[in-house]
Amino acid sequence: MIGRRKQVTAVADAPPAHGRRLLEVEDLATHFVTPRGLVRAVDGVSFSLERGKTLGLVGESGCGKSVLSRSIMGLLPSNVERHGSVEFEGQRLDQLGPAELRSFWGTQIAMVFQDPMTSLNPVMRIGRQITEPLRFHFDMDRGQAEKIALSLLESVNIPEPARRLRQYPHELSGGMRQRVVIAIALACGPKLLFADEPTTALDVTVQAQILELLRTQQRERDMAMVLVTHDLGVVAGHTDEVAVMYAGQIVEQAPTRTLFSSMRMPYTAALLQSIPRLTNASHTRLNVIAGRPPDLLDPPPGCRFAPRCPYAQDRCREEQPPLIEADEPGHLYRCWYPVGTDEAREALERNLAAHVPQAELAVSGDMTRAAEVEAALEGAGAAAGPAAYESDGSAADGPDGTPADQADASADESDGSSGDTAGGTEASSGPDGAEVEIGGSD
Amino acid sequence: MKAVARRLLHLLVVLFFVTLFVALLTSMLPGDPTDAIAGFASEEQKAELREDLGLDDPVWVQYGRWISGFVTGDLGGYYSVTGERPVMDRVREALPVSLQLMVEAQILALLIAIPLGVYSAYRAGSRFDRATSATLFGFLALPNFALALVLAYYVGVELGWLPVSGYVAPADDLLEHVRRMALPAISLAVGQIAVYMRLLRSDMIATLQEDFITMAKAKGIPPSHVLWRHALRPSSLTLLTVAGLNVGTLIGGAVIIEVIFSLPGMGTLLFEAIQARQYIALQSLVAIIAVGYVLINFLVDVLYAVLDPRIRHATA
Amino acid sequence: MPPPESFSGASSGAGSATPTLAGPPTTVPPADTAALAGAEGAATAGERAQRLGWGAKLAIGWLVLVVAAALLAPVLPLDDPYEPVGAIARQGPGTDGHVLGGDSLGRDLLSRLVWGARMSLLISVTSVLLGMVLGGLLGLLAGYFRGRLDKAFVGVFDVLLSFPQLILALTLVTVYATGEGVSSTRRITVLIFALGVVSIPVLGRITRATTLTWSQRDFVHAARAMGARNRSIMFGEVLPNVLPAMFSIALLGIAVVIVAEGGLSLLGVGVQLPTPSWGNIIAEGRGSLRDAPHIVLAPTVAIFLTVLALNYLGDVVRARFDVRESAL
Repeated sequence: MIGRRKQVTAVADAPPAHGRRLLEVEDLATHFVTPRGLVRAVDGVSFSLERGKTLGLVGESGCGKSVLSRSIMGLLPSNVERHGSVEFEGQRLDQLGPAELRSFWGTQIAMVFQDPMTSLNPVMRIGRQITEPLRFHFDMDRGQAEKIALSLLESVNIPEPARRLRQYPHELSGGMRQRVVIAIALACGPKLLFADEPTTALDVTVQAQILELLRTQQRERDMAMVLVTHDLGVVAGHTDEVAVMYAGQIVEQAPTRTLFSSMRMPYTAALLQSIPRLTNASHTRLNVIAGRPPDLLDPPPGCRFAPRCPYAQDRCREEQPPLIEADEPGHLYRCWYPVGTDEAREALERNLAAHVPQAELAVSGDMTRAAEVEAALEGAGAAAGPAAYESDGSAADGPDGTPADQADASADESDGSSGDTAGGTEASSGPDGAEVEIGGSD
Repeated sequence: MKAVARRLLHLLVVLFFVTLFVALLTSMLPGDPTDAIAGFASEEQKAELREDLGLDDPVWVQYGRWISGFVTGDLGGYYSVTGERPVMDRVREALPVSLQLMVEAQILALLIAIPLGVYSAYRAGSRFDRATSATLFGFLALPNFALALVLAYYVGVELGWLPVSGYVAPADDLLEHVRRMALPAISLAVGQIAVYMRLLRSDMIATLQEDFITMAKAKGIPPSHVLWRHALRPSSLTLLTVAGLNVGTLIGGAVIIEVIFSLPGMGTLLFEAIQARQYIALQSLVAIIAVGYVLINFLVDVLYAVLDPRIRHATA
Repeated sequence: MPPPESFSGASSGAGSATPTLAGPPTTVPPADTAALAGAEGAATAGERAQRLGWGAKLAIGWLVLVVAAALLAPVLPLDDPYEPVGAIARQGPGTDGHVLGGDSLGRDLLSRLVWGARMSLLISVTSVLLGMVLGGLLGLLAGYFRGRLDKAFVGVFDVLLSFPQLILALTLVTVYATGEGVSSTRRITVLIFALGVVSIPVLGRITRATTLTWSQRDFVHAARAMGARNRSIMFGEVLPNVLPAMFSIALLGIAVVIVAEGGLSLLGVGVQLPTPSWGNIIAEGRGSLRDAPHIVLAPTVAIFLTVLALNYLGDVVRARFDVRESAL
């Protein structure tokens, strides 16, 4: 413990020339070069994060949130085009070479991955996996590193830590493994932690524990965190600020409290409504967002959410709304007809009068209507192939293979497999916006 | 424990059938086996031999006699006009030669295949990868005896760099041993390099897509470490299995290569036995090779279980 | 190169190991860094499955040439492969208008090569067919009925595979077809039988594994529910789907047997002289390697190209029909 403290504080004591600001992302774009064209997985994202704060990054599968976090870290493959700037403590991460970047990984920035079943090396002892970054970054000998590994396992509440060190991942439960993954991420005392859907692959009961663990660790270490999730419910209790992503862009961003009290973006509202509530009778149909996210190879010219939006007007389809500031400080949104305004109400009425299916669905929550809307949208959107209604999300991606889905394949997969645990968001993130019954067998 | 017992049982069953087949080889000879075994002998001698080998006994008696002889090192004899010489004498000298050849070829193959496979997987799709893959695909189609002959001609005869026949024990003169084993070992190794490299490459490409590789990278450890420690380890288990299965190929190859380079190993003994129609010797040699092969595969199986923690804990 | 090498070698290359056609990635790479490499490999295999590349065309072209030459050997304007023609013993290619020159006894090498192709193909194709029929039948029954039958047949495969395959073939040939007065026909028949026995477990295993998966499919259940007989389901529904896998392995098998025949020839238990086969031309030419290397080189190149073509086509078939390598 002593050894680590010394090392870590030595790094942390460097003069904080940038005040509280830790991470500054400026107009970041991440494009995958494919034979079919450029896939704009992340398209002009800016935000900043202060020390010790938590940012929630929310959106459907394939909206680019996982790509964004990896892009910030610089973990993406070489066929990726990256523009914009990423500044960490005043240093441009996007301009660093691989070796320099590696010196940041683990020690300054770390990542907790989604699925602890696959993110630990199955043929390497737990202890070795924890001590590895310590030995590399801090040049510790085995004994020192093991002592720290032991205290790390203790701090993430793993019982019998000494025994665990000698075990292999398959001997631990999913929740335990995620604790190990967190211990590894924390090992070198990072100042920023990306948690990429850290609870998606876990049982509901374990999810809360892991989130709680992340929160306590974060407080103790004054560590900033970017919590990537598709679950607004998770974000509500565990973040200081929320950025909602849609089709590679941030569409709304606000301090968490503000966002939930006065959301402006119809997409955010729709996302919120798709969360199942305990107060609803079981077997209540969830509200869904009709249609599917746009093709990132060829996003629509106007607002990217327009094809699915109940408020959408001609202007929305033609002109892309900029990220504008709301009355509340720090609240940004990207909409011509923000929720709660008179313009929005009028727009909705116009749409209802014109029998625009998205609008009718949003108001009625009617199942048969939903199916019709679905059909209409499928017919209208040339980009969208036939709705692939297959066993799970990842399989459904196959036949029409919209790049949006593929770009975030890892997220999709877990959405598919964790249908029960993440039922709320499944409704919104299912590839064809299928309805989910609460308590229904899914 | 149960798994270990099952594996042992399987081993015994296979060994039984293999030895049964070999033991009955002599009685499978068409016509009167003694004519084939010792055609030069007189009728009395043949009758004696028939008595000796128990060719008139029931099958299980024959098997019992043969197997008890085999396990106690009685491998029968070479029959000639001048009498009978024990096969064991020759085997004792030949077996180490064959084992050296195979082990050296295997080591050479792995030394080349592993770095090639790892690097090709790491740079999959690159020019280097494509060139290596294409070359090795070609190697796969090159019979090792053909390669041996070509090497013997060009390197041995035309260039005169290396001797093309004979054997020197490593204990006698290590350098000379290496010089004489070089061409045979290379001939034997080239096909194996292609097998291992291609296997390792496709296996590593799959491994490199795993989450735990991204995770290892995100720890900030160097790529070489990610590649060799994190990615190679799971793949090396697959390699081990294939190396075990490949022993059969290696044995078959070694037999021919030994004959081509006049190495006094088991293959040469086998060749001589065939040429001189020494069926008893052939029987014993085949038995040694087959039993050795079965045992090696069993050991690889066990080793795999010991090395892979997932299996190790499942069976414990 | 005795049997198992190319079997395992080829199997290891399935999927992503594409030697010549590795193209640019065609799928959007997933977020994972390393995923790229895999996507690329997979795309390449898929790509190759879509169209017949120049590699496959070349391979088919060469095989058609070899098969045609083998079939037409009696009517082609070739010298007698058994009789010396003029003073061309050990003379290199081009001597006196003999394209490949003469062999060690002064016979026309080209003629022996063509007639040798006939023998090598006869042996390899028939023995693999034998293995395909027997191994295929056992594998089909084992995979379809499972249970005890499966265990028994898998046991048979295991025992057959417990011999190094070249050693098994060599033993069978030595026991059944050596000695004075063994006719050439008998030797060839026994060779085919021995090499066929060796291919039984290999083809049996792939058939069994593929049958296992296909007989679980819905259409098989449906056929059974409609009261179809097992036999008609096995041969009518399952077998057609299993055939591509068997075929791709059979292609590799033919390559393996061609090589194995060569190995056996070198050990003195191949096709008997003077009948030419690729293997025994090499074996015979070994003696004059020093002064007439072309005698060994010509059949070596023939074997190399044929095996290369068969391996390549085997890969193409496997990629096209998505034969799982784990099934091997």
